[in-house]
Amino acid sequence: MADLIKVGMADYKVGRSPSTLISYGLGSCIGVSLYDPQTKIGGLLHIMLPDSTQARASDNPAKFADTGIPLMLNDVLALGASKARLVAKLAGGAQMFAFANATDIMRVGNRNAEAVKQILRRNGIKVIAEDTGGNYGRTVQIDLQSGAYKVKTIDRGEKEI
Amino acid sequence: MTDEFNLSPIQLDALREIGNIGAGNSATALSQIINKRIDMNVPKVAFIPIEDVPDLVGGPDTIVVGIFLRVYGKAPSNILFLMPQHSAFYLVDALMGRPHGTTKALDEMDQSALMEIGNILSGAYLNAFFNFTHISMLPSIPALAMDMAGAILNVVLVQLGQMGDQAMVIETEFLAEEEGINGHFFLVPDPGSLGTLIKAVGVE
Repeated sequence: MADLIKVGMADYKVGRSPSTLISYGLGSCIGVSLYDPQTKIGGLLHIMLPDSTQARASDNPAKFADTGIPLMLNDVLALGASKARLVAKLAGGAQMFAFANATDIMRVGNRNAEAVKQILRRNGIKVIAEDTGGNYGRTVQIDLQSGAYKVKTIDRGEKEI
Repeated sequence: MTDEFNLSPIQLDALREIGNIGAGNSATALSQIINKRIDMNVPKVAFIPIEDVPDLVGGPDTIVVGIFLRVYGKAPSNILFLMPQHSAFYLVDALMGRPHGTTKALDEMDQSALMEIGNILSGAYLNAFFNFTHISMLPSIPALAMDMAGAILNVVLVQLGQMGDQAMVIETEFLAEEEGINGHFFLVPDPGSLGTLIKAVGVE
């Protein structure tokens, strides 16, 4: 039986087919997946914030896009994925509450999405699918057998990107 | 930052006591509005790893109704009142004078009623805070969302995540008689506000 591996907030997991990696209840956070379709090796990272240099020192690099992505990248490469074949998908980055005078921190979802794409580009990894923004939560999962990235919501059904 | 996490037992007690008074006020207010007895448990004051906070309300994919208010003043904070979906529906029925079990989804009127409850609870809570600490704290207008607990909690956790890996939460659970309502009231001080609160309690 294929196992379902849970990825918590500010955490990442890597694995290979037939595992599925899942992360529950993302709001402004982003679920970034990397996948090598040939070796069927991949990873899922659940980041909270865009930039570790704008925050106080943290023991957890997986919390940030700029430190989390390279970490996951190293681990999938170590498992045997090829960097040239790796593709990325991402979902999340919502703004859950609409406030007239929303502070920067409330718009963090948007900044998260931008940061993730920029860091992936810098590492030469192509983003092939994205489902970001809106004002609703998402549960995301990547099936490492097919590379299918599923996004579940409460009111807007489920889709595959 | 790290020194703020080494609170003495007396300081934690003081924060718990403020939480107690605030929650007591809120429970009384709520009980008067819906004309039912509301019990609350002793507030938990705890530092917990940010990623574990969603587990307090049943896990990150539990569907909840969240009412969020930003608190301005000398100790800026966030208030989040989270209720399981069925509790929110029950509360709306009670507020609207409809038979229990009528509400199956929240229309605009229902949402507005719940936000008003958020307003009243927060007002009662912050008033108690003020009486105790003389720190005046003003809540913003409330915002409401019905979604996954993890997603809603993101709003407060992200801000804390910028400053550290732990969250201080003052958490109270409300329980109405006859299974009805249970809700979690979170007061999450901004990281810089904690010192101000402790000082105001007078047990530095």
